[in-house]
Amino acid sequence: MSIDTETARRVAKLARIKVEDDQLPALAGEFSAILDFIEQLNEVDVEGVEPMTSVTPQRLKRRDDVVTDGDQQAAVLKNAPDAREGFFAVPKVVE
Amino acid sequence: MTDLTKLTIAEARDAMRKGDTTSAEITQACLTAIEGAGALGAFVHHTPEIATEQAAVADARIKTGDAPDMCGIPLGIKDLFCTKGVPSQAASGILEGFKPEYESTVTSQLFDAGAVMLGKLNMDEFAMGSSNETSVYGNAVNPWRRGNDDAALTPGGSSGGSASAVAADLCLAATGTDTGGSIRQPAAFVGITGLKPTYGRVSRWGIVAFASSLDQAGPMTKDVRDSAIMLQTMCGHDPKDSTSADLAVPDFEAALTGDIKGKTIGIPKEYRMDGMPEEIEKLWSDGTAMLKDAGAVIKDISLPHTQYALPAYYVIAPAEASSNLARYDGVRFGHRAKLAQGDGITEMYEKTRAEGFGPEVQRRVMIGTYVLSAGFYDAYYNRARRVRTLIKQDFETVFADGVDGILTPATPSAAFGLGEMTDADPIQMYLNDVFTVTVNLAGLPGISVPAGLDKQGLPLGLQLIGRPWEEADLLNVAYTLEGAAGFVAKPTKWW
Repeated sequence: MSIDTETARRVAKLARIKVEDDQLPALAGEFSAILDFIEQLNEVDVEGVEPMTSVTPQRLKRRDDVVTDGDQQAAVLKNAPDAREGFFAVPKVVE
Repeated sequence: MTDLTKLTIAEARDAMRKGDTTSAEITQACLTAIEGAGALGAFVHHTPEIATEQAAVADARIKTGDAPDMCGIPLGIKDLFCTKGVPSQAASGILEGFKPEYESTVTSQLFDAGAVMLGKLNMDEFAMGSSNETSVYGNAVNPWRRGNDDAALTPGGSSGGSASAVAADLCLAATGTDTGGSIRQPAAFVGITGLKPTYGRVSRWGIVAFASSLDQAGPMTKDVRDSAIMLQTMCGHDPKDSTSADLAVPDFEAALTGDIKGKTIGIPKEYRMDGMPEEIEKLWSDGTAMLKDAGAVIKDISLPHTQYALPAYYVIAPAEASSNLARYDGVRFGHRAKLAQGDGITEMYEKTRAEGFGPEVQRRVMIGTYVLSAGFYDAYYNRARRVRTLIKQDFETVFADGVDGILTPATPSAAFGLGEMTDADPIQMYLNDVFTVTVNLAGLPGISVPAGLDKQGLPLGLQLIGRPWEEADLLNVAYTLEGAAGFVAKPTKWW
């Protein structure tokens, strides 16, 4: 499967990774090579086979719906690139 | 006692209990060895103060006569594990400066048992790679060389720093993680033992996530007994990981009897690849003969979907990675790009991720985004998950037919040179995991055991695959193979 430059641009946008225009053709080439490799899966007869959701046949454990933790504002914000007045700070989102 | 760094966990445990040495002495010997081993690029964050303090506490505990097996054992910790107050970057620029406010379950359990942390170990960025060449810290280097050739070789990946550090005796053992072979391939490349447990045996809580349905942490050690001892402390049910299994944990070390009489070992014909080096072929048949001599029944088996494991993996792992790595957005932790006048939040995301992620991580996140995008989800992602079901069924069929374990080569070659694969397309690098990736897709336990040297003097490993949750049995077969193979070679020190 051949990926064109426009598709590469769209995927980069969806992934929120800035890719310069002059890098797009090379990226599209790499995607094409990887997708060609993946295309082998089309040889497999998967008719009637369920997609795997869990590798071990177990129900996910549930816990009681109670508060187990809290009051950790300082710890939560400790690693933020920009934290102000108890909040994460980001560029203006709403005009 | 000389050369304390060369001790196994079992030897150190016994010597400390007898009073022949102390954790403080072994820890200091390791710290000195690490100081002199910068050329290996194995340790990327050093924590001598923590190590010295933990060793003192361990020594006091050993004196009381009631210390767990891992008490006082100096370890290296892969950079993927969150360690409280200590940089934990997954070898990525995007987590630069990140110091977790919490401790991963695995490291908590190790430290509660008295283990000592020497520092954090190099790895491929976000565990994506098979050569440790995608790390933001630079390469980790294999302590082994080809004869007298001083070309630097890869220690494998992604747990390359762990492999290098254990093989070079910088620590007694190390933690690793394995998503497609990241414990077993590097272990094979440096001549040590590496165990990937059954999916769910070890808690993933506090380990930076790559592909959550495949990731599993495990021990990387100098021998099989040490893997048994270390796994014991690493594993067990954890309410903080909903996929962690609430199952009893057997005594793994006690299972090492060396008696495998009557066990059935399967030899899968699909693992005999075209162009496989003759030495690997020979290693495999020698290993088969050793297990037969030990009383095992050898059975030819077929795992018909083996060739589709890698392509399925390269849909599923990037898909999960694209989702897991969405959290690196420059808001809550790690790197945030400097913004230009007028840049909004979208530019912040895009620039931050372009600057913070290396090329391989970007590639995989984008591939994952593509296979999950509208219109392609069924054709790629769902198809890969169906193939994964078939791969697991292959194993279930042979286990139901009475096979107890499966013997395969660990890797398709010995360690290659750093930089040798730079010009190859990414697929060539992915092929490194051809023998190991099936095990992750099927959620099984697998162990790599050093079994011989190639004609250039580099170590080669064999892989044993076990039934789910039967690590104890698997370790015993590995222990038997280890005894028969008698691998004792060590790299000649050049660093």
